[in-house]
Amino acid sequence: MNYENILCRRVADVPPSGIRKFFDVVSEMDGVISLGVGEPDFNTPWTYTDAAIYSLRRGHTHYTSNWGLIELRRAINRYLIGRFETEYDPTDEILVTVGASEGIDLALRALVEPGDEVIVPDPSYVSYMPNIRFAGGVCVAVPTVAEEGFRLTPERLRAAITPKTKALILPYPNNPTGAVMRREDLEKLAGVLRGTDIMVISDEIYAELTYEGRHVSFASIPGMWERTITLNGFSKAFAMTGWRMGFACGPREVMAVMCKIHQYTMLCAPTPGQYAALEALSSGEQNDYADVRRMVESYDRRRRLIVHGLREAGLACHEPLGAFYAFPAVPAGMDSQAFCEKLLWEQKVAAVPGDAFGALGNGFFRCSYAASIENIQTALARIADSVGAQ
Amino acid sequence: MNELEMRILEVLTDDARTPVKQIAVMLGRGEEEVAAAIRGLEERRVILKYPALINWDKVESGEVEALIEVRVTPQRDHGFDAIAEQIYRFEEVRNVYLMSGGYDLLVMLKASNLKKLALFVAEKLSTIEGVLSTATHFVLKRYKNEGVITDEKRTDRRLKVTP
Repeated sequence: MNYENILCRRVADVPPSGIRKFFDVVSEMDGVISLGVGEPDFNTPWTYTDAAIYSLRRGHTHYTSNWGLIELRRAINRYLIGRFETEYDPTDEILVTVGASEGIDLALRALVEPGDEVIVPDPSYVSYMPNIRFAGGVCVAVPTVAEEGFRLTPERLRAAITPKTKALILPYPNNPTGAVMRREDLEKLAGVLRGTDIMVISDEIYAELTYEGRHVSFASIPGMWERTITLNGFSKAFAMTGWRMGFACGPREVMAVMCKIHQYTMLCAPTPGQYAALEALSSGEQNDYADVRRMVESYDRRRRLIVHGLREAGLACHEPLGAFYAFPAVPAGMDSQAFCEKLLWEQKVAAVPGDAFGALGNGFFRCSYAASIENIQTALARIADSVGAQ
Repeated sequence: MNELEMRILEVLTDDARTPVKQIAVMLGRGEEEVAAAIRGLEERRVILKYPALINWDKVESGEVEALIEVRVTPQRDHGFDAIAEQIYRFEEVRNVYLMSGGYDLLVMLKASNLKKLALFVAEKLSTIEGVLSTATHFVLKRYKNEGVITDEKRTDRRLKVTP
């Protein structure tokens, strides 16, 4: 068989993940301190896990509605009103997905016709570009830079728009840069988008992990609700990555199409996970999201620690105000790959080269501070050694 | 208790060895300010001591620990305090708590062997005036201590690098 001619060209043309290559090397090495992990270091709070176990004992081992459990969708609605001032009808505007990742795929497939352009800030999470191309679209990277706090500016957005622009992906708080968009930043983007038919896919999976201020949801900006698909989930804020529980919200006309794809591909999100997620929101309503607060406070301390340490080591590091990543510049004269390989081989510290997140990420490296304080301190000392020895 | 003091207590509860400089960085405050706050907490005896949390089950010393429920007659003008003092003055006694519920004082104590501990209860504790009864429970195994699961290794189950 000549698979070259058989396999889908559109998929085959997408380059392999830049992280994967790094992962293969790191997983073979002993004694590595990893700042490369993109998920919480907390286990899922036991009450959520216990709720899932209890649901299994009661025999909730069947499909749910395609949209997800109605109790869960109602809880999501209350959660969004309470935390982010956005409101959706639980019956047909909230879709429970298999992680926010599925939401990215669904949103793009619901919108993109072959040749449509989708604007993505660069650097950003690794999944957007491949998903755009799987859907037959064209990924248009729009630069974000350290000097502008890695925020998407209205000028740069305007410059990227063409008659073929179908959608903008707005991934804030941002992985890998830790950048957040303040209300005034979002309002400026809204000014550019008003009067166009451009849809916004707002990936707000890190919304709760916002420091020194509250996250502003793009759909809460006047006039933007109608054009926004909001993606969120339980992975980061509730430490539930392995459960694969997310949700997508938007106008019912759009959600109907997304649900159609979901219905024929996933059918529904895993039932035990939906019960765990329901417990996360119900207990959160009762105790003012004590678990989330505890974890966010802990990340915030480690955030300050790592940024301080990186700067002490002589590296330029903009202040990350969201997610759990610092995105410092590599020493002058090096590129991301070379520096990260040096860190790994000479100091046994794993961090992810910035160019894994887009061309504009070159010259930076991503340090996750979802790591123990002890490991952060050791890693910082080793990074300082490496930089000092330049 | 102000906000800064609360945050400092949280950090020190997690790791009492955290240097002042590091606490200051983690809380985004000045080193002097944090040092002063810690001194204040120590002076007011909010922070009593900086002990290590030890898994004594791994120390094969033969020591035994018991929790003793003590029922007492409260004294006029002193309530439970005077009897509690007569109990907590003994070095063997580790903790004394006034409790709600079926008994009054919870006394925790350690001794080098079971006999010594039993003798202490019979001779010293039960004979205090006002003590009505005692019920001694020996500790057999500590599953979780001060929020730390004793048997659990700190394994990171996450993949080493993820996007």
